[in-house]
Amino acid sequence: MELAYYYDLWRGLMLSKEPITWWQKFYVLFYQAFLDGDRWTQYLNGVVTTIWVTALALCLGVLLGVIVAIVRTAHDQQRPGRRNVFLGLVNFVCQIYVTVIRGTPMMVQMLIMGTVVFSTSRNFTMVGVLTLGINSGAYVAEIIRGGLMSLDPGQMEAGRSLGLDYFTTMEYIVIPQAFKAILPSLGNEFIILLKDTSLISIIGGKELIYAARGIITRTYESMFPLLGTAMIYLVMVLIFSWLQGKLEKKLRQSDRR
Amino acid sequence: MIDVKNLSKSFGDHLVLDNLTEHINPGEKVVVIGPSGSGKSTFLRCLNLLETPTSGTITFEGINITDPKVKIDAVRQQMGMVFQHFNLFPNMTIRKNITLAPVQTKRMSQAEADGEAERLLKRVDLLDKAEAYPNQLSGGQKQRIAIVRALAMKPKVMLFDEPTSALDPEMVGEVLDVMKELAWEGMTMVVVTHEMGFAREVGSRVLFMDEGHILEQNEPEEFFAHPKSERLKSFLEKVL
Repeated sequence: MELAYYYDLWRGLMLSKEPITWWQKFYVLFYQAFLDGDRWTQYLNGVVTTIWVTALALCLGVLLGVIVAIVRTAHDQQRPGRRNVFLGLVNFVCQIYVTVIRGTPMMVQMLIMGTVVFSTSRNFTMVGVLTLGINSGAYVAEIIRGGLMSLDPGQMEAGRSLGLDYFTTMEYIVIPQAFKAILPSLGNEFIILLKDTSLISIIGGKELIYAARGIITRTYESMFPLLGTAMIYLVMVLIFSWLQGKLEKKLRQSDRR
Repeated sequence: MIDVKNLSKSFGDHLVLDNLTEHINPGEKVVVIGPSGSGKSTFLRCLNLLETPTSGTITFEGINITDPKVKIDAVRQQMGMVFQHFNLFPNMTIRKNITLAPVQTKRMSQAEADGEAERLLKRVDLLDKAEAYPNQLSGGQKQRIAIVRALAMKPKVMLFDEPTSALDPEMVGEVLDVMKELAWEGMTMVVVTHEMGFAREVGSRVLFMDEGHILEQNEPEEFFAHPKSERLKSFLEKVL
């Protein structure tokens, strides 16, 4: 193939310290980073893993976040004199969870999970998913709780004064409005999660950074693999932001005057 | 109908209601007036337990609703409430605002509730707004919808918490008209308001509250013509 021919030719010149132009050098490095030995498939595999990890961690994070947020909000909104001891206990556990996760670096959590808690597991990617999900859950919980608390208490009162119970009022009145309010911060959290998947490479998870680092080790060239990786993340985030914008626009329907 | 005995409510150290005892009979239109901070809104909000009393009992139709074991939702379904700031649900159309509670509490099917909503909307002349969202309405329209929303549950008593205080002056009339109509139909009403004209015209009894006490009460003619306490005299001089 012609592309490969020029790569071999100019690479030979480069290695024997012959003078070549900057664009010839650019071509050699680019080909080496992405095309030689079909290396682009390694990036592609990395991207697929990254997306999977993000999606799974997202589900886990939202699930944990919703549960923690509901427990904490329900606990704070109890009628005085009708405090539930069990709910108080669960609320305490939730508070510890949020405090510990938010108070320690993601990297440390990843290392603890990978090398202490699951030190015998070989499925590094799944350990990574678990860590990311647990981490994300704490932030999502605080975002949701903030959204629920920020809503005008009059909305809950209006629902309750009509004779609706707490959960029906939550389902039809509070949560739909709170969801719209927290969507920007939730989107932000998801973008952070997407980028934080790169951290699972430190415990051996095979995502995008892992692929790039493998190629760097083999070629002794880091510029193109890293720039390429940055580009891929940027494109993924842009696509996500665009989707988020569309959803926000759709939810703003009832704001029109 | 509503029997309040020795009702006290404090927020922290601040005593808002001080040992109130009051009885509201079916068909009565009780108007509560008083300076701000006198506890009149808190009194009203205690009646359907939006505020939990610190002590005392409230009995509605023979049920002691201050008992923690009472299913408060079932009681509230019989007591409509209208708020100062309307508190319509901005995420739903007007039709959904009205039909949500009757349908969710299984009092009506969606079709029945829709029919009822249309009948009520026609009554307040807002049928054309059924598919609009609350943010598209004026304040007066919102408050009329809020009244209709409460009426859709077919309550036995209606509680009004300063229903016209957040309205532009020119919109007060349309809301008061709906309330007057409701009064003439015989609805039991408890109204916290600053509208002295409404109190005089519609009220069957006027209560004057100050610093957590009901200082004076009378039928409206006598109440406004011959106030007894000095506090009420000076209050009426300022507002009339």
